[in-house]
Amino acid sequence: MALTREQIASIATLARLELSPEEVPLYQDSLSRILEFVGALERADTANVTPMAHPLAGLTQRLRPDEVSEGDRHECYQRNAPLTAAALYLVPKVIE
Amino acid sequence: MSAWETVIGLEIHAQLATRSKIFSGSPTAYGAPPNTQADLVDLGYPGVLPVLNVEAVRMAVKLGLAIGARIAPLSVFARKNYFYPDLPKGYQISQYELPIVADGALEIVLEDGAVKRIGITRAHLEEDAGKSLHEGLPGMTGIDLNRAGTPLVEIVSEPDMRSAKEAVAYMKKMHTLVRYLEICDGNMQEGSFRCDANVSVRRAGTQKFGTRAEIKNLNSFRFIERAINFEVERQIELLESGRPVVQETRLYDPDKGETRSMRSKEEANDYRYFPDPDLLPLKVDAALIESVRATLPELPDQKAARLTAQYGLSAYDAGVLAASRELAAYYEEVVRAAPADPKLAANWVMGELAAALNKEGLEVSSGRMPAARLGGLLGRLQDGTISGKIAKEVFELMWAHGSSADEVIESKGLRQITDSAAIARAIEEVMAKNPAQLADYRAGKDKLFGFFVGQVMKATGGKANPAQLNELLRSRLRG
Amino acid sequence: MSALHVRTLTQLADGLRRKSFSSVELVSEMLARIEKSQPLLNAFISVTGAAALAAAREADRALAAGGGGALAGVPIAHKDIFCTAGVRTTCGSRMLDNFVSPYDATVVAKLGRAGAVVLGKTNMDEFAMGSSNENSFYGPVRNPWNPQLVPGGSSGGSAAAVAARLVAGATGTDTGGSIRQPAALCGITGMKPTYGRVSRYGMVAFASSLDQGGTLTASAADAALMLREMAGFDPRDSTSVDTPVPDYVAALEQPIAGLKVGLLAEFFDKGLDGDNERCVREALRVFESLGARVRQVSLPSLPLSVPVYYVVAPAECSSNLARYDGVRFGHRCEQPRDLNDMYRRSRGEGFGAEVKRRIMTGTYVLSAGYYDAYYLKAQRVRALINADFIRAFEEVDVLIGPTTPTPAFPLGAKTEDPITMYLNDIYTIGANLAGLPAISVPCGFAQGLPVGLQIVGPHFSEARVLAAAHAFQGATDWHSRIPVGFA
Ligand SMILES: [Mg+2]
Ligand SMILES: [Zn+2]
Repeated sequence: MALTREQIASIATLARLELSPEEVPLYQDSLSRILEFVGALERADTANVTPMAHPLAGLTQRLRPDEVSEGDRHECYQRNAPLTAAALYLVPKVIE
Repeated sequence: MSAWETVIGLEIHAQLATRSKIFSGSPTAYGAPPNTQADLVDLGYPGVLPVLNVEAVRMAVKLGLAIGARIAPLSVFARKNYFYPDLPKGYQISQYELPIVADGALEIVLEDGAVKRIGITRAHLEEDAGKSLHEGLPGMTGIDLNRAGTPLVEIVSEPDMRSAKEAVAYMKKMHTLVRYLEICDGNMQEGSFRCDANVSVRRAGTQKFGTRAEIKNLNSFRFIERAINFEVERQIELLESGRPVVQETRLYDPDKGETRSMRSKEEANDYRYFPDPDLLPLKVDAALIESVRATLPELPDQKAARLTAQYGLSAYDAGVLAASRELAAYYEEVVRAAPADPKLAANWVMGELAAALNKEGLEVSSGRMPAARLGGLLGRLQDGTISGKIAKEVFELMWAHGSSADEVIESKGLRQITDSAAIARAIEEVMAKNPAQLADYRAGKDKLFGFFVGQVMKATGGKANPAQLNELLRSRLRG
Repeated sequence: MSALHVRTLTQLADGLRRKSFSSVELVSEMLARIEKSQPLLNAFISVTGAAALAAAREADRALAAGGGGALAGVPIAHKDIFCTAGVRTTCGSRMLDNFVSPYDATVVAKLGRAGAVVLGKTNMDEFAMGSSNENSFYGPVRNPWNPQLVPGGSSGGSAAAVAARLVAGATGTDTGGSIRQPAALCGITGMKPTYGRVSRYGMVAFASSLDQGGTLTASAADAALMLREMAGFDPRDSTSVDTPVPDYVAALEQPIAGLKVGLLAEFFDKGLDGDNERCVREALRVFESLGARVRQVSLPSLPLSVPVYYVVAPAECSSNLARYDGVRFGHRCEQPRDLNDMYRRSRGEGFGAEVKRRIMTGTYVLSAGYYDAYYLKAQRVRALINADFIRAFEEVDVLIGPTTPTPAFPLGAKTEDPITMYLNDIYTIGANLAGLPAISVPCGFAQGLPVGLQIVGPHFSEARVLAAAHAFQGATDWHSRIPVGFA
């Protein structure tokens, strides 16, 4: 299961990762090897086996009472933000 | 007439009226200063985890019961992965393969009065995104995440609508329903209730669906109708000129009154849905369903039917009144105050009152004209204290001064004249003043009867009892 | 009063309570050891000396007043994946180089309430992705038994710090072996509890359905004490299980005579180093001498656990790490041309090679057309492996086998091919896929390097697993060996 440069490029786009021209062949090689390695799964007989999404089989979602427990702490939270103004997080203009 | 048939399906997003967000303890109030209602969970901070709000679940179940849908005993939250600045985690927690509500329906009334069933494929719980602000930030977009994490129920219809009007009727009906259920405030300006419209056209008579375009974020009934009609024309033009319709997301521009392609959302939209490992399957058992069922109010259709049966209203009038839980309640309070003539009450509520409220942009719930007070006026009309014509005048004064019908009638001396002698005296005067017309009438010019009625009414300031006046006037004129 | 560091966490907690020495003395000694070791081991990303001494003084006051929690005054460290209010939490990544959490992880808060004194945040593979601790933005951690060798990963800093007796215990996280594998390679005891036993709130997510916080300590008794204070239901974590935490310490002495021990056939494969096998087989004889009944059991689907893991973990990580977009926190590139440029460069610069590799692998296996063949298929095989374990635990009380195929290996030895690196976790991943409690304890040496023995139990059988490990450590002294230069 060898991946093409184009496939690596489109995966990187989907994942929003900038790759240098040098990185592309490296990931092309290692991802291809990983996919070949996990390809071993094909051989397992999983006819009518239900996929297991988490280890807590049988447990179901707990529900929270509808209560407001959080107050305004935006100043504290925004100390980690690269760029803000007027309490807004700023990003390069989104064109629509 | 047209060679083309329109096919429309709607995805309605209704914000659920919970106090706190669907997965966090932040408040959901609208209009707070930017980012003051976004906590660590809403911001997608490293390490934080979602915990589901019971009220959001109950509200989704309530909707499901109201549209006769199946409530899934087990539903699953999934991640919809895409990058967008107003989507903090890089994924939206939604429901994909196993939604909480499936297979419901809503009935709408078409213009010709016919009833049409609109199928509802599914309704699922999900979180709302934040907002991007483009104004006043040169080269930048500002992100306000107060809305992020607000609970939404996305209601997906079957492609059962065949015109913009049907789509609007369905949207309005759903709008009424969610407000009846008190699961959504329905405020469309604030985006609490909005929809995406999937629109396609096909040759009349053919079965296969045409390629559809999805028009995003329509937040007014007017826009929905215009956007769909524009889109239908656009697609027909394309097809008739032999060009294909591309499946894409489009945005409606209210100013230009047109839809345009939204490429930004298009590129690489492979959402990679998978079950959210931070949340376990959602179990809705019979006990929960029954406890929600117990809170169901009388639904719009049930109420309309009862109003017709109980008060003998026309289906139309009952429909108009039942369209709003508040309006219907107001109407029934008026009837309790003036029980003699429910039809009359309906006419006044939908006529004079609605007009007056409209002029001031008010709702019945505003208390501008208490139901008991309007009932008082109708009571005076029914017991003959005032005539219909005077009643309108009294209503104006009540509205202007916030006074009761009786106060107005007394202070302005608008009580109807029912004393035959007094009416007769007025008739004599009028006859004396108008000998020529009297002669013509007696010579057979019956049309002049109306003239005399008018003159006497004028002389009595409109207070003469119309029935008595007619009777007395006829005999006197005969001579 | 010197050489306090050689004592176990349990002994230190007792000594502090009996006031044989003060927390300030103890913490000062440990801080000095950390400072001295740092150039060689690089076990820490942040050392919080001033705060630690203040906390130590506080603990001494509490103890003097006859108060203080079970860990009052005991020096520990947190893996830098646990959020700590006011102290930066980097996850070993450039992406979070200057990220300061506004809140404490539940684990951090609980250990704080128990009186533990935090000396710093330990080094780790970036976002816990790695088995050698070579994937840290802050440089590799080195193995106290031989600085040319890796300590294992991803909790390599915590393992090295405990092995070198720089702290009495440390927290770690285990997604595919990240507590047990470094514990084995560093000759200490590493405990991964049942999924849902320890809150994940405040533990930066790698693969949410596999991540579980645990302990790195010198002994099983220490693990029991530390875990008892760490574990418990947390309303902030939907996957946290609401069952009471037994007193693991009190349960330590339960005899293992009659304990049904399953020897994992699949673990004794061609990949298993000869010396490791010898140590593990000797350990089994120890268990037999203690009255345990050892029998072979087979988990036919277990050999597929690594392939399953390398689909499921990357898939979840590709989504979990999407939040690092340079908007609300974390690295943002200089002068972005536009939004996409900001996303792509911020993430391209902020993440290291292995993290990017896993994000891309995960993005691929979830993408349209591959979801069923990879992700769904893996979750089905995961169910088969889980079923194997359930079946096995109908026959035996615990499963025993090696923790790793080989002892510690030289830095750079396995960085070329990701698969050879991934295979370090071949024996540990199964417990994560099934959410089972598992511990690694020292069981001997191969050419002077520690070898780990793994004990796996059914869900929520921590007490039994810890007691078995404790019994083994009562009969052996491998766990009390301290690397030369740190004794
Ligand atoms: Mg949608
Ligand atoms: Zn939606």
